[in-house]
Amino acid sequence: MSDARTAILHRVRDALSDRPMAGDIPRDYDLHRDYPDLLELAQERIADYKADVRRVSPAQVGTEITAALARRGAARVIAPPGLPTDWRTPEVTWLDDTPLGLDELDAADAVVTGCAVTIAETGTIVLDAGPTQGRRALTLVPDYHLCVIEAHQVVATVPEALARLDTTRPLTFISGPSATSDIELDRVEGVHGPRTLDVLLIES
Amino acid sequence: MTTAQHESPTSRPAAGMRVALMATCLTDTLYPHTARAVVTLLERLGCTVEFPLSQTCCGQMHFNTGYRDDATRLASRMNEVFDGYTAVVAPSGSCAAMVRDIYPKLPGVGEDLAHRMYELSEFLVDVLGVTDVGAYFPHRVTYHPTCHSLRMLGVGERPLQLLRAVRGIDLIELPAAESCCGFGGTFAVKNAETSSAMLSDKMRCVLNTGAEVLTAGDNSCLMHIGGGLSRLRTGVHTLHLADILASTEEDPWHVTQ
Amino acid sequence: MARNPVTWMGVPTFPKAAQEALGDSQLRSNLRHATHTIRDKRAAAVGEVPDWERLRRAGEAIKDETLAHLDTYLQKLEAAVTSRGGVVHWARDAAEANAIVLKLARAAGADEVVKVKSMATAEIGLNEALEEGGVTAIETDLAELIVQLGNDRPSHILVPAIHRNRSEVREIFRNQMPEAPADLSSEPKALAEAARRHLRKKFLSAKVAVSGANFAVADTGSIMVVESEGNGRMCLTLPQTLITVMGIEKLVPTSRDLEVFLQLLPRSSTAERMNPYTSMWTGVTPGDGPQEFHLILLDNGRTATLSDPVGRQALRCIRCSACLNVCPVYERTGGQSYGSVYPGPIGAILTPQLVDDPHDKQAASLPFASSLCGACFEVCPVRIDIPEVLTHLRARAVAEKSKMSPEALAMSAMATMFADPRKYALAQRAGAAAAKLAPSGSVSRLPFPGSRWTATRDMPMPATESFRTWWKTNRKDSDE
Repeated sequence: MSDARTAILHRVRDALSDRPMAGDIPRDYDLHRDYPDLLELAQERIADYKADVRRVSPAQVGTEITAALARRGAARVIAPPGLPTDWRTPEVTWLDDTPLGLDELDAADAVVTGCAVTIAETGTIVLDAGPTQGRRALTLVPDYHLCVIEAHQVVATVPEALARLDTTRPLTFISGPSATSDIELDRVEGVHGPRTLDVLLIES
Repeated sequence: MTTAQHESPTSRPAAGMRVALMATCLTDTLYPHTARAVVTLLERLGCTVEFPLSQTCCGQMHFNTGYRDDATRLASRMNEVFDGYTAVVAPSGSCAAMVRDIYPKLPGVGEDLAHRMYELSEFLVDVLGVTDVGAYFPHRVTYHPTCHSLRMLGVGERPLQLLRAVRGIDLIELPAAESCCGFGGTFAVKNAETSSAMLSDKMRCVLNTGAEVLTAGDNSCLMHIGGGLSRLRTGVHTLHLADILASTEEDPWHVTQ
Repeated sequence: MARNPVTWMGVPTFPKAAQEALGDSQLRSNLRHATHTIRDKRAAAVGEVPDWERLRRAGEAIKDETLAHLDTYLQKLEAAVTSRGGVVHWARDAAEANAIVLKLARAAGADEVVKVKSMATAEIGLNEALEEGGVTAIETDLAELIVQLGNDRPSHILVPAIHRNRSEVREIFRNQMPEAPADLSSEPKALAEAARRHLRKKFLSAKVAVSGANFAVADTGSIMVVESEGNGRMCLTLPQTLITVMGIEKLVPTSRDLEVFLQLLPRSSTAERMNPYTSMWTGVTPGDGPQEFHLILLDNGRTATLSDPVGRQALRCIRCSACLNVCPVYERTGGQSYGSVYPGPIGAILTPQLVDDPHDKQAASLPFASSLCGACFEVCPVRIDIPEVLTHLRARAVAEKSKMSPEALAMSAMATMFADPRKYALAQRAGAAAAKLAPSGSVSRLPFPGSRWTATRDMPMPATESFRTWWKTNRKDSDE
């Protein structure tokens, strides 16, 4: 198809024969905005998508993970390779990604992960397939995703989040559970992705 | 509005300012009372109004329908007609927008006239600095902000500021005011059915206000909505903003006009 | 050259199609509800952002920069994707792109492919082309699935089944989904659940997925897909082979540019602070996601669009559909009247340019399907001056028409009259004389083409005394 390539590039150059001027890109939009309590904003905005969000102290994390999984009746839970050991509470069965087959992912009750960064303004959790998150399928196939966010991972704005990310890693931006508004623009939570998203925000 | 209570209706803020009236072909031919109302109003405020008789049409219909050469020819004419006036005032948001936004893009027409062009409410509020023009209009009125006034010119609240200061007026907010009435020049004919569907929704909103009079800053949109209201024998009158602002206790507007 | 499938074969011109749509009261009510709901939501979502206008200017400038050096950025993208283990293909038109997808699907041993909602693949008629080649395309977005199962056509860029209400969707599912329960309710939640069950096995077993792209970063070769339901993540993550079909204008120069579009797009399209899911990948990542990645760069009329200095701004479009939701014409006629996968204001300027055939009457009718109210420009996140392009394309359409057409002759006669104040005044007097025949001051029935006005509206007659006559009589001394 090299001829198509040559032809298209040739057409592009022809089309631009008037040499359109492109001005400088004005970057005067806000890169950062200040908030009195970033965690509170994150909590409120994530919860707006009908996710259950709780603020917990570092010492409570294990107990809260156990409690959240119990509330949702999750017994067989997927663990990404680098999940902190104190998050792997003994009350449930942890499934390590050895790697797990799709059927095994589908049969699991839940997945517990960390995140790469969280955007408070938009209530968005970003996963970058790092050790606390694992490959993308882990957070996709199970019906319940419990995400644990550490305070230092929370930023206010989208530009701040992108500045922290390596965009060549596989990234998933998650804002609430799977949702659709395709029927009469009536929002329904839960289609193909995890239908339940719970979040624990660890205060520093 | 708490606009300048100190302005007495007899104050003449313009103090002899020379203004050229661009009546627009539609108002000149079909609604001459509106152009006379502009003259009355501006003179009451102290302006010296002139009407260059060689003016005809700004070319908007030709431009919007795709006849650019004709539009350019008419635009160049209007440029010459209004040469030398520091302020040109039109009782039309769309014709003023044509001069201001489109003329500079037409070959050989330039921006000169664009800088001197004002829609009536802009001229009153921004140039003369008045919102209370001493008008009296004891009727129930609702206001439709025409698309070109609203979005191309950005006249914003100005017409409403002027209307709120009118004595005796019962001003009712029009629901879904910012929706287009469906006129759109030749659109009303080329896509007559769609235009009529838009019109019927606009009329429903107007009728829901219970207003006797629908006003706007553009006789073209009023011709469209008024044509529908008249066809349905609704009894609602359409009247240009200038006609309301020109009306006074001494010389009030009469339905028969 | 083959016909561009961006418009549907055999559809009438816009006024004719609209006439039919306007008579469908169910459609009118569905559209009214949907457009007003999302319009209000969008206003709230945008109102929250203090630097919205600055973001719009940045979005506009980034896209203009991309278009101004498109050849350079395309080659950069190609190099970056290739270096990360992807394979880049180029397609001049729909047929070429469809053939590449078919060949790749067959090579992967697939007789069916799962699809993420994608405007590019809808534009080229990929599903039909695959079907002809013996490969079944399965739409996985709920709205696309409704359209596909209903043997229907899309009517909106973001929510293609916007013209259907819940009862209609239930009927489609009951008739077309073998496993749908007999007592399926019309609650959106139950319908979404039915779609989930219908597609689950497909996702877990598909060998090949086909997607579009919202953005591609020239610098790094990263591709971004923005979605809501998770069907996108399923397609982009689980199958072994991923084929992405992307219009050549979907590029941004650097990954930093995404910070602008990730703010502009969700609030403009679904009217949310952020859409539920956004996926981004770069080439192939060992052990994570598809191990074979193909990127097809599609022209299909885009370079023709690029060659028009005024019309090329349509290529800034990020397919948010905000302009559809605020358009008073779209609100009444719905999307199918436009006869194209790109309906509404953006469709009215993009479709005729992609079609690039001056003799195509249907495409030529689209730029006239607007009252030029300007609501579209006001909401466009990349500041496409749609009214400007509409009037520009109208001028192009007029230039193609005969100067002897009744409209052209009438326009020319009027311009000649307006060019001469004496002729103009004479015409006014003639009109005033005729007006004496209508003592009420208006007429209710005019002969064609005036009948197109008077079908629903009275027409005022010229005043017995024009303003200029009054002025001459009463004020002439102050002038001339």
